Amino acid sequence: MGTTVRKIKGYVIRDWMMSYLFLLPAFGFFLLFVAYPMIKGVYISFFDYSLRDFSFIGLDNYISLFKDDNFIKSMGNTLLLVVITVPIVIIFSLFVSMNIYKKKKFARSFFRGVFYLPAVSSVVSITVVWGWIYHPNYGILNYLTGLFGMEPVSWLGDTRTALLAIIVVLITTSVGQPIILYVASIGNIPTSYIEAAEIDRATPWQIFRKILWPMLMPTNLYIIVITTINTFQCFALIQLLTSGGPVYSTSTVMYGVYEQAFMLGHFGYASAMGVILAIVIGIISIIQFKYFGSDVEY
Amino acid sequence: MNSTNPLELKSPIIQSKKVSAWKKELTIPKIIATILLILATLFFIFPFYWVVSGAFKLQTVATTIPPEWFPLKPTLQNWTELFKNPVERWMFNSFIIAFAEMAAICIVSSCAGYVLAKKSFPGRGIIFTMFVAAMALPKQVILVPLFTMLADFGWVNTYKGLILPAIGWPFGVFLMKQFAQTIPGELIEAAKIDGSSEIRLFGTIILPLLKPAVGALAIFTFITSWNDYFSQLIMTRSTSMMTLPLGVATLRGEFTTNYGLLMAGAALASIPMIAIFLMFQKAFTQGITMGAVKG
Repeated sequence: MGTTVRKIKGYVIRDWMMSYLFLLPAFGFFLLFVAYPMIKGVYISFFDYSLRDFSFIGLDNYISLFKDDNFIKSMGNTLLLVVITVPIVIIFSLFVSMNIYKKKKFARSFFRGVFYLPAVSSVVSITVVWGWIYHPNYGILNYLTGLFGMEPVSWLGDTRTALLAIIVVLITTSVGQPIILYVASIGNIPTSYIEAAEIDRATPWQIFRKILWPMLMPTNLYIIVITTINTFQCFALIQLLTSGGPVYSTSTVMYGVYEQAFMLGHFGYASAMGVILAIVIGIISIIQFKYFGSDVEY
Repeated sequence: MNSTNPLELKSPIIQSKKVSAWKKELTIPKIIATILLILATLFFIFPFYWVVSGAFKLQTVATTIPPEWFPLKPTLQNWTELFKNPVERWMFNSFIIAFAEMAAICIVSSCAGYVLAKKSFPGRGIIFTMFVAAMALPKQVILVPLFTMLADFGWVNTYKGLILPAIGWPFGVFLMKQFAQTIPGELIEAAKIDGSSEIRLFGTIILPLLKPAVGALAIFTFITSWNDYFSQLIMTRSTSMMTLPLGVATLRGEFTTNYGLLMAGAALASIPMIAIFLMFQKAFTQGITMGAVKG
């Protein structure tokens, strides 16, 4: 009796060991390159950490951040970017998906591919071509608006248009994944629901509002969350198109982190910015889950 | 019997007429929607057309207003100019980094995803929660501390520093776990009764079943790695360690930019990714939907 129990116990423990062995590579890399840097980021945000210095200064970095007009402006721009981009991405993706999901397989793949193209190309390629399109002298945009009698605009060099110009490019690179997801989830909704509603002479808007939208809720939540995170990460566009200018009108927190850490060498200050950004994203995620996740079960 | 209920026989026909009549009412919104869809398509394709056509324009043509919609005198000069830079090296770097990350992530993620989905052991819940919680944060938030750590290791401007940190990102584990959950438990039990060792079981039964997910993850990782501009920017110091997108970004002039040359570079930096996407579109689409869409 006792030996069997011991045998089973030994077997179970061997099984656990095997599982840990399988888990070890992924978890090890995760601890070293994700979890540890996260903790270290919080830690060094309390230090005056530059190329020469490393001294504990408590909350000084955070206090200076809240007095730093450029940081406040960057945070404002980041939130503005999210507030404008996310709804447009959702509406545009839904519009495209509703119009293509019924199409034949080839047409569906074609449209999905076209809208995914900017996301799948190198972000540098997208950025440099838009830089040319927006160019005040050689850009095709000013030529086109000129045909309608508009004065040439320095799209990326004017504080009134620069952020808008960035948002347009950001949206083109953001809709690909949502469209793929929406087409897949709309395809999963039983057609009988929609047909029944059509027989009852429901308007397309009613069908959308009462059937499709509620049934797409899990997908909506996922898309809102990933689009928000992607928008917060928007960096290459800004670094390559405007470098945060003119006068910080397109600077975001992510760009500020880059500028402080890698151009000015203020690692402690940049880490504090990163911590605040992570907190803001955490709060926004909680809000999104509260509002959109109430009828989603995972 | 036949004559008693003529209306009922007719009703399906009447109904289908109703439906088609209702569908006809839709035509005007439908036309507008189609026009909008076509305009959006053109808007998305145009930048790509502009890259490709620009790559064959001389600087004098590229900066002409009104613009030449189609290069009337196509030239290869931009391409010869482009290859005066260490483009082969940049391309090699991009490929080697992407392939190394792809292979490593597929291996560690399928092992971890499998045990997280199919095994029970102490700490499983906590470990999975840690993976998911980390994914909710933008990857770039940890770049500053990560950079200081890699600088301490002396890994800046090395392949190690460019490749290894990306393997820690838990998206692959999450994806493989979701997929491994669909493997029926009986299959694993049966193999165990046959006395297969755990490693053999994984190699002969689990891995073949995970193949579609591994394929999707491979393509996804390749594209993410190719486009990880921020990490590559801070981890490279010398021209010879640059990746193709970084190298192309250096082609922008400080005061004047040769747009033809820049477009040739832009085209080259995107071709591998677009080719891979077109070749594996199905697996890729699956990969994107797998983690998110239920059913």
